Amino acid sequence: MAERSFQKEVQQLKIASGDTFRGEGILAITKALLENGVGYVAGYQGAPISHLMDVLADAEEILTELGVHFEASASEATAAATLAASVHYPIRGAVTFKSTVGTNVASDALANLASGGVTGGALIIVGEDYGEGSSIMQERSHAFAMKSSIWLLDPRPNLPSIVKAVGDGFRLSEASNSPVMLQVRIRSCHLLGEFTAAENVRPPTTVKDALENPQRDYERIVLPPSSFMHEQEKVTVRMPAAVAYIGDNHLNEIFGPDDAPAGIVCQGGMYNAVIRALQRLGLADVYGQSDIPLYVLNVTYPLVDEEFLAFAESKSSVLVVEEGHPEYIEQALRALLHKSGSTTTLHGKGTFPMAGELTGQVMLDSIRLYLQENAAQLMPAQARASNAPSPEVDATLARALPARPPSFCIGCPERPIFAATKMVEQELGAHHIASDIGCHLFSINAPFNLGATTMGYGLGPASASAFNDSSAGRRSISFLGDGGFWHNGLTSSIGNAVFNNNDGVIIIVDNFYSAATGGQDILSSRADNKSKSTNHTIKHAVEGMGVGWVRQIDRTYDVGRVQATLKEALTTEVVGPKVIIASSECMLNRQRRVKPLVNKALADGKRIARTRFGVDEDICTGDHACIRLSGCPSLSVKTLNDPLRDDPVASIDQHCVGCGNCGEVADAAVLCPSFYQADVISNPGWWDRTCSRLRRRLITALQTRRDKRRLVFDEVPGEL
Amino acid sequence: MSSDPDNRLKPLASNATPVSDTSAGIIKIAIHAVGGQGGGVLANWISDLATRGGYAVQMTSVAGVAQRTGATIYYIEMVQKTDKRPVLALTPAPGDVDILIAAELMEAGRAVVRGFVTPDRTTLIASSHRILAVDEKVLPGDGRADSPLVYEKIKLAAHKTLCFDMESIASGAGSMISASLFGALAKSGELPFSKDLFEDVIRRSGRGVDASLTAFRGALNYDEGVPLVRFDSAPKVIGGDRSAAPVGPARLMAQWQSLSDQVTAMPEPVQKMAMAGLRKVVDYQDTAYGAEYLQTVQLFLAQDSGDSTYTLTTTAAKYIANAMCYDDIIRVADLKTRASRERRLRREQQADAGQIVQVTEYFHPRAQEVCATLPAPIGRRIENSPRLYGLLNKLVDKGRRIRTDSASGFLMLWCTSVLKPVRRRLLRHRVETDHLQHLVNTSLSAAEQSYPLAIAILKCQRLVKGYSDTHARGQSKYRMLIDALPALGGQSASAEQLSQLLELALQDESGDLLQAELAALTVNA
Repeated sequence: MAERSFQKEVQQLKIASGDTFRGEGILAITKALLENGVGYVAGYQGAPISHLMDVLADAEEILTELGVHFEASASEATAAATLAASVHYPIRGAVTFKSTVGTNVASDALANLASGGVTGGALIIVGEDYGEGSSIMQERSHAFAMKSSIWLLDPRPNLPSIVKAVGDGFRLSEASNSPVMLQVRIRSCHLLGEFTAAENVRPPTTVKDALENPQRDYERIVLPPSSFMHEQEKVTVRMPAAVAYIGDNHLNEIFGPDDAPAGIVCQGGMYNAVIRALQRLGLADVYGQSDIPLYVLNVTYPLVDEEFLAFAESKSSVLVVEEGHPEYIEQALRALLHKSGSTTTLHGKGTFPMAGELTGQVMLDSIRLYLQENAAQLMPAQARASNAPSPEVDATLARALPARPPSFCIGCPERPIFAATKMVEQELGAHHIASDIGCHLFSINAPFNLGATTMGYGLGPASASAFNDSSAGRRSISFLGDGGFWHNGLTSSIGNAVFNNNDGVIIIVDNFYSAATGGQDILSSRADNKSKSTNHTIKHAVEGMGVGWVRQIDRTYDVGRVQATLKEALTTEVVGPKVIIASSECMLNRQRRVKPLVNKALADGKRIARTRFGVDEDICTGDHACIRLSGCPSLSVKTLNDPLRDDPVASIDQHCVGCGNCGEVADAAVLCPSFYQADVISNPGWWDRTCSRLRRRLITALQTRRDKRRLVFDEVPGEL
Repeated sequence: MSSDPDNRLKPLASNATPVSDTSAGIIKIAIHAVGGQGGGVLANWISDLATRGGYAVQMTSVAGVAQRTGATIYYIEMVQKTDKRPVLALTPAPGDVDILIAAELMEAGRAVVRGFVTPDRTTLIASSHRILAVDEKVLPGDGRADSPLVYEKIKLAAHKTLCFDMESIASGAGSMISASLFGALAKSGELPFSKDLFEDVIRRSGRGVDASLTAFRGALNYDEGVPLVRFDSAPKVIGGDRSAAPVGPARLMAQWQSLSDQVTAMPEPVQKMAMAGLRKVVDYQDTAYGAEYLQTVQLFLAQDSGDSTYTLTTTAAKYIANAMCYDDIIRVADLKTRASRERRLRREQQADAGQIVQVTEYFHPRAQEVCATLPAPIGRRIENSPRLYGLLNKLVDKGRRIRTDSASGFLMLWCTSVLKPVRRRLLRHRVETDHLQHLVNTSLSAAEQSYPLAIAILKCQRLVKGYSDTHARGQSKYRMLIDALPALGGQSASAEQLSQLLELALQDESGDLLQAELAALTVNA
């Protein structure tokens, strides 16, 4: 069960031809796939296309009705390999994943796919995780397209263009027997907009048809001599066919006047940002009517040489707008001008910064600079005047602001694991800690500050491989999430550690979901998933892999137990990898699962206990040692109305979910007795009420007895 | 409210967009929130509002890890609908934002620093409440950002500002801050849509409509004449009035009267702190302890050079009370079994009369704490014998969960609390009395040379807090500072130096930085 449900939204996938579709980019892409007769869809979740997988999962019924097969792949490599169904059969297939990390994982299958080529349209929808909001290394998918001869679409960021690109991609793929990559940027995925819907189309050939009529073509299989033939075919047949299709069908677009001394070539995805810069310079209107000619590359690879040369021909200079590094398009266009002996000058990086996101400000500054230097006569007077210095950033204000990196949610079951690790390090000294990809990577931030590297999904323990020296006085600790474990960690990390007798400690953080990507189910999920096979335990898999020392912890909030287990793992005489599986359900997903049940029980008048923690403000001394082992958003500090106090005391707000971490940490680290756990019982039964009444009577008697012998300074309840 | 956004007044400032800017007719709205605040709900409401108001709208957001309690941004552009499709941007640009909505004070500050709030045109709608970042909470002292400063700065940066506590308006209505921010947006009058349309959008959203509408109207009708700027974090109950007179048997009340008369006889600037200290000390032990406290304060009053503020005595009144009320098992047991504690707990947990509250306390006593609660000779004896100490520790050193709403659990703590009369004979009391004596003597003797230094010495008591290891670490930092006094020289300049060292110690959990600083100091000396 994913974090966000699209049950309501997917109903829009059924709307009639001609109706207006209104929704997010990911939903629009799904609709476009159905309109283009897709036969199968697969993918692996990850921002920014996680929700595309969620939409597809929620739309499974609609897909099945149409005879479309949907699969949540084990990894991006699996997803890419799925496209093999389009090699021999005329079935349109689409896969999706996060790029460039997912494309890295998929590249083996992609290269093989692209070598043999395809019969049915093969579309790879990559969510380009680049720029603000990105969580990965900053690279470009463009290089993958070039190296494997996969054509790369980068449509203008509006729903009609993205929807059109899906159809163009399938047709281009079939026309050139090559896979096509459709690149959608972070903000396009969550772009709310409209387009006019067309009819959904049943796939002319389904996977069922293919299964029942198997085919093979020796020449499509990647092995010599065919592989040498494929290389030639790519340049002599497939690319020319692709270029012809792109040109003939005007996939790239030209806007603005025919005749001008300057022009702009941009990636389709950059179009809106370019127009905004031109709008601000008074050179384009609200509807994109531009005074500067624009050549918009909705296909960024391959380039259509004649198209570009014709665009450049009448202009004395051209500016290339290309996001990211290296500047492949600019280099290609520069070479093209040079080869053709053109006198048109070309500007790109240099006018633009060499690397980094082309934000609104960068775009405005760079385009203004280009025009000032090359076509100042086209600019309105005000725009020509150099930019007034931007207001200075108030240094005092900037310094005053605390950073706010992402962190563990309220009640996160991973927090106690890192609290225990920090405490073990306080006792046994610092260790080399290898991190992995997933929510658990937030351990690198305050308050835990644990973890030295992250090398890729499922590769945490693999990245500690070199640290395997039994004569060393310390062992490495590596982390791995359940998502990464099933993605490839089982073999790349666990199998490798077993085979090489790695002596390190591996902690597998099992939260029942692929949590960081939005709570999708995986093999070891505890949920009953009606279309997937779940409940395959990590412990069995690890033991099956040959690990001898395995400890399963079923409640990560037991900080003392995690601490003791980790200490044992670090000190035991046993040789080979020591694997600790720390399992507790992702709190975000748990709350989503449990809340409706609790509300219903309350409404039905059933007995319900709600647990929350609190801090006795008189007992808390304001040292915040508890926060240094927690960082929970609901554990904060507040100022007391007491002139004797200098420092704020700890305080727990009403968002607390009662996970128990505070109390457990206070106990395990021997902090202070100021935490209390309160179980508030609604609709108490007869037994509850009777016990409570009797206890009350005793407690009141004891309190009264004590108060009779002393002065009672009772605070008058009040609010500030 | 203007019906035509093009007619809106946008005065030009130094960095104003040129008048030729054709995108000026587009309304650009950015929302800065903290992950989990419901920024997406607000962005969807604004999009619906624009659509229903006849505008073409485009909304984008950044998904991904930023949703996990990090800073998040949503961006909306809208323009009057025509038969042509407008080209709208997907990201906000510095200097080009009309309305900036910040769901938290520091996020408003961040938007300003990023240039999304400019004095020529941006209306800033910000909630003044705080969600503390981890970095602000982890320091042993007070690491919270300077809210009043940020508040002043963001007001200067914007063309128009609506900044008040929208979180408490929302939570008061049982809703989320998205609803009160939406109300503040309506209140600003910056969007060409009627208030009815705003309310319609909420009604059509379907979930928690009544609570959302209450929060919406709470912000819409918020009276800006009333200062409701609150810079504290979420908890609503911030302690009650601690100045009311105590109640008790006549004999004790008479003693209390005589003690409090002594305080009223003190110079006026000292009275408030001395009274707070006296209350704390008498509450902690008894009236005799209160008398001891006042005697010690009197020592400082006698030495106080008599400037009008009596800072030395006031500071002494504060830290002597804190040192006398050290945190021991008896104290904790007493506080946890009071009737007032139970009332506060039920209030904090929002438990109504029909609900039963079960309370579990988390204790982890060790041999150290047990020895401290034994009569001094016995306690010392055990502490000095590794064998006995180890044996005792084996016996007691484990986490204990005690249900203080149950008869047995309550009785156990209650019995501990009534050990109070023998407290003076216990080991811990000896240790703490020595500490206090040391603090008082050091400060008093410094006062002869330097008034500020005497004050700075007293303030070092701030380091001594917490329980078990935390307490030991604080005590050792205190020691390090006091031991460094000779190296500081004893002049008034050294008071400043000592204060700086204290600040450092409060920022530094491990004490390593402090140690390095002190080592450098000794070398220089």
